[in-house]
Amino acid sequence: MASGTKAGRKLAGIWQMKALYLMLLPCLVWYFIFKYLPMYGVIISFKDYNFTDGILNSPWADPWYKYFQQFFESPYFSQLLSNTLLISLYKLVFGMFPSIVLAILFHECRISWLKRWVQTLSYMPHFLSWIIIYGISIAFLSETTGLINRWITEAGGGSIPFMNSTEWFRTVLVSTEIWKDLGWGAIIYLAAISAIDPTLYEAARVDGASRLRMIWHVTLPGIRNVITLLLILKIGNIMDAGFEQIFVFYNPRVYEVGDIIDTWVYRTGLEQMSFSLATTVGLFKSAIGFVLIIGANKLAKRWGGSIW
Amino acid sequence: MVTGKSDRVFNGFVYAILIAVALMSIFPLLYVVSMSLTPYSEVVKNGGFVVIPRSLSFEAYERIFADPALGRSMLVTVFVTVVGTIVNLLLTTIAAYPLSRRNLKGRTFFLLFIVVTMLFNGGLIPTYLIVQSLGLLNTVWSLIVPGAIATFNVLVMKSFFENLPEELFESAKIDGAKEFRILWQIVLPLSVPSVMTVGLFYMVGHWNSFFSAVLYITDSDLHPLQVVIRNMLLLSQSSELQAEVTVPTAAMQMAAVIAGSLPIIAVYPFIQKHFTKGMLLGAIKG
Repeated sequence: MASGTKAGRKLAGIWQMKALYLMLLPCLVWYFIFKYLPMYGVIISFKDYNFTDGILNSPWADPWYKYFQQFFESPYFSQLLSNTLLISLYKLVFGMFPSIVLAILFHECRISWLKRWVQTLSYMPHFLSWIIIYGISIAFLSETTGLINRWITEAGGGSIPFMNSTEWFRTVLVSTEIWKDLGWGAIIYLAAISAIDPTLYEAARVDGASRLRMIWHVTLPGIRNVITLLLILKIGNIMDAGFEQIFVFYNPRVYEVGDIIDTWVYRTGLEQMSFSLATTVGLFKSAIGFVLIIGANKLAKRWGGSIW
Repeated sequence: MVTGKSDRVFNGFVYAILIAVALMSIFPLLYVVSMSLTPYSEVVKNGGFVVIPRSLSFEAYERIFADPALGRSMLVTVFVTVVGTIVNLLLTTIAAYPLSRRNLKGRTFFLLFIVVTMLFNGGLIPTYLIVQSLGLLNTVWSLIVPGAIATFNVLVMKSFFENLPEELFESAKIDGAKEFRILWQIVLPLSVPSVMTVGLFYMVGHWNSFFSAVLYITDSDLHPLQVVIRNMLLLSQSSELQAEVTVPTAAMQMAAVIAGSLPIIAVYPFIQKHFTKGMLLGAIKG
């Protein structure tokens, strides 16, 4: 063995670890096929894709930006973009706050069995599928048999088509999401709160601070970093407005307010077979998402660095 | 203490909200259960479902299980959940273990190779075309293979393995153990909590998944449970548009909802601890 030379030693080192590389191989192949080949497949945005010719042999679009132009000039461009951003933003604003409050309440709870039980129960909806939650929503919101509408009509009001009306659709989306992830979202804040130095609370108590003041002056500053970090990361993912949920909940009546980029890509691509156009829109979304995530990570690092 | 009284008020306030949160989390499910168990005659008599039924009937369950689609879809889902989780765990472990070894040459490159896929992906249509060209459309494997590895879980497991003491590997090597043996006999037994957490995440994911089936499977014989439940729910949603959903349909739908979530709800109390622990582990690592 040429163990004298530098390259030789390197090779010998790799040979020693051959078992590790062998282990890694199937996973790398999987990543290549299911992650990298689709990235390559994105070129059909620039081609007139058709089934018979496949990705490689389909003719190039003329001009190459044909599908981008088609997308940017179409009326659904602004509709999709604003629906995606608005739904994401609502979920961000109305979703984060309740979880933070819940985490603080868990921390303030002095009866440990109560705390444990409420935690167990409030994490549970997170593990239900959106289909199941859709079913539960029907039980409550259906126009004919829903519990809430029965209460409304019993009180003398007219029933409201929560699931099928453009006015209510986003509210339904946001509130079901809050219901699903309220407790689960609190976990990370609770972890951050339990990492706060207990002597800070002692000192505050000695100074005569009330419980509310302690929350304000100790707990909240103690988890400020985590809140900032999560906020930034969520902004990085703002182009994902919750595809599965919307896919399950929506119907043609509410496309106007509920159709996001992902759902539209599915319908246009796989139901109407416009592969190239759908891929273009998907690419547009990925590109913006990519920039946002990179930016978010940069910001998180900078903020984190200056605070910690 | 001077603050004694206001403290009690504060505590009362905290407990009240927490109890409200608990009720809010569990009440919808209880109501769905009671809808599914309420006999038709009682609904007619009372003009709608009640929160606590005075008598019980399993008619709705009998009727949905009389539909062969439900049983068949359960088989598909159980198969995908069991086989899928095994495949997931196997691949995730053998990806995470080498990556956790700091002296692996090219480690940074391999890590980058997999992490980049979290930042950028080809999207729905190109992935569909790959699955199609592999001939996986309309097979149960389309529900397992394209999602065989979740990068996030690889990273969770990798950081767990990294925390094992380096001496462990040294001494095992001195005793003549090969890598596969080290992984199987030393690393994995020490990593039960992390493997459990990741495995349970995968499991719940498989049980709940429907979108990959919507994408890749048109043959209704191969539809998993969630898709069948969705069809049952949509059926009435379309009749809802004509405002004539009948009470037995509503009860049957809720029976389907319960059937589709029961396994999760049944195992949930046992797995909850692990989930939380695993999540906190990941959270603190940040």
